[in-house]
Amino acid sequence: MAKSNKPIVWGLFAAGGTISAFVAPVMILITGLLVPLGVFGEDAMSYERMTAFLSHWIVKIGLLGIVILTLWHAAHRLRITAHDFGIRNDSTIAMGVYGFAGLFSVIALFAVLAI
Amino acid sequence: MSERQITFEVLRYNPETDDKPWVQTYAVPCQEEWVVLDAINYIKDHLDTSLSYRWSCHMAVCGSCGMMVNGEPTLSCKAFLRDYKGNTIRVEPLTHFPIERDLVVVLDDFMEKLTSVKPYIIPKKEKPVEEGEYKQTPRQLKNYKQYTMCINCMLCYAACPQYGLNDEFIGPAALALTHRYNLDSRDGGRSQRQEVVAQHEGVWECSFVGACSEVCPKDVDPAGAIQQMKIASTVDWYLEHLMPWRGK
Amino acid sequence: MSRKPYVREVPKATWYMRNGRYLRYMAREVTCIFLALYMAGLTIGLVRLMQGPDKWETYLAGVSSTPAVIFHLIAFGFACYHAKSWFDVTPKAMRIPQGNDFVPGRIIVGTHYGIWGGVSLVALVLMGVL
Repeated sequence: MAKSNKPIVWGLFAAGGTISAFVAPVMILITGLLVPLGVFGEDAMSYERMTAFLSHWIVKIGLLGIVILTLWHAAHRLRITAHDFGIRNDSTIAMGVYGFAGLFSVIALFAVLAI
Repeated sequence: MSERQITFEVLRYNPETDDKPWVQTYAVPCQEEWVVLDAINYIKDHLDTSLSYRWSCHMAVCGSCGMMVNGEPTLSCKAFLRDYKGNTIRVEPLTHFPIERDLVVVLDDFMEKLTSVKPYIIPKKEKPVEEGEYKQTPRQLKNYKQYTMCINCMLCYAACPQYGLNDEFIGPAALALTHRYNLDSRDGGRSQRQEVVAQHEGVWECSFVGACSEVCPKDVDPAGAIQQMKIASTVDWYLEHLMPWRGK
Repeated sequence: MSRKPYVREVPKATWYMRNGRYLRYMAREVTCIFLALYMAGLTIGLVRLMQGPDKWETYLAGVSSTPAVIFHLIAFGFACYHAKSWFDVTPKAMRIPQGNDFVPGRIIVGTHYGIWGGVSLVALVLMGVL
């Protein structure tokens, strides 16, 4: 009987679930719906405005926190959901979902730091 | 007192003669204020003496008459007929448990899990009777009182899909009782219980469906207890691995 | 008397069809797919931003396309359902002592909804003003 190492990812899952519950709906609303539909004007997300916005280190850290934690939240939940859908190959699933979250976390980190 | 004719579809299984369960129907002249258990007792007394089921107190205290009533884990003594529309009620043994006979399920697995979590006070330090009682403030009592209400009726196990999919899972009631003793100010046994709770088959098999708390007849809220233990186990893990100098 | 317990198998891939409670749970669980896809898309956007104005314009054109808007509409619905299902159970995980009792669950849930509304409103107002 060994203690589980689940707490590592569960901590990220819980943190990501909380932060995405607060901010994901409005983020999707703004970046995915209102801006593309032109509600905030033509240049609401222009290159100049976005790079200026992302030049603040608080914005960088905040955005990275949201993106990375939400990715890990989703990865862990999807691992459990795969089991719920009857997929029993847990180690492969775990590698796949955590790999996806890890890869995009690194890409996000790299891109945000380079902007 | 008005009478109401209800057809009961009861799952029957006789291990000596049947290969698999089958449904038998009984037409029962019911009184409006009856519960499902009254109707089953009527069947036993007047229609079919061979029907097997467990019951004792008839007042939601003993926890022995749990059954699936129209597919929902229910104490049959608490299932008032007036709450069921229609003229047919289906009664089956609690799901996720093997059927011993008719509405009687095999309790062995639950009993084993219940004992594995040491559901009793393990004092921090034994003290002789002369030193007096272990005192507790109302605040300290409130901390765990809700979880003492569990009557081991196992409705939560019948509701829990994760237990249904993997019967290694310790399960809602046993974990809620673990929490009850961990939270007791007189208790010092948490680290012993963590050996069971912090395994994969402990709190981590739970995916917070929440069904256990919805069917609990005593408002114990096992789902809440398990989430609180997940948080505590996570804090434990980080302290143990990131600050090893703190010791275990 | 010999025992011969009968085991009823649970269907491994379709068990959640048994009742509405399980279906609501599965709906809550699949919200994660939409959150992950959105965040992955956003990450690609960050890469495009890093690559310069031209690439960023292509990205903006991409998110303005009809399929992208439809995806975001669906994702928005699931994100809201995630938020609701997450906040509604917060009192279970979080017990805050108050006197000899606990802070009532509805206050904890209400506070979460309040913060959610506040954060969303502030973001929208800032978007409109700046």
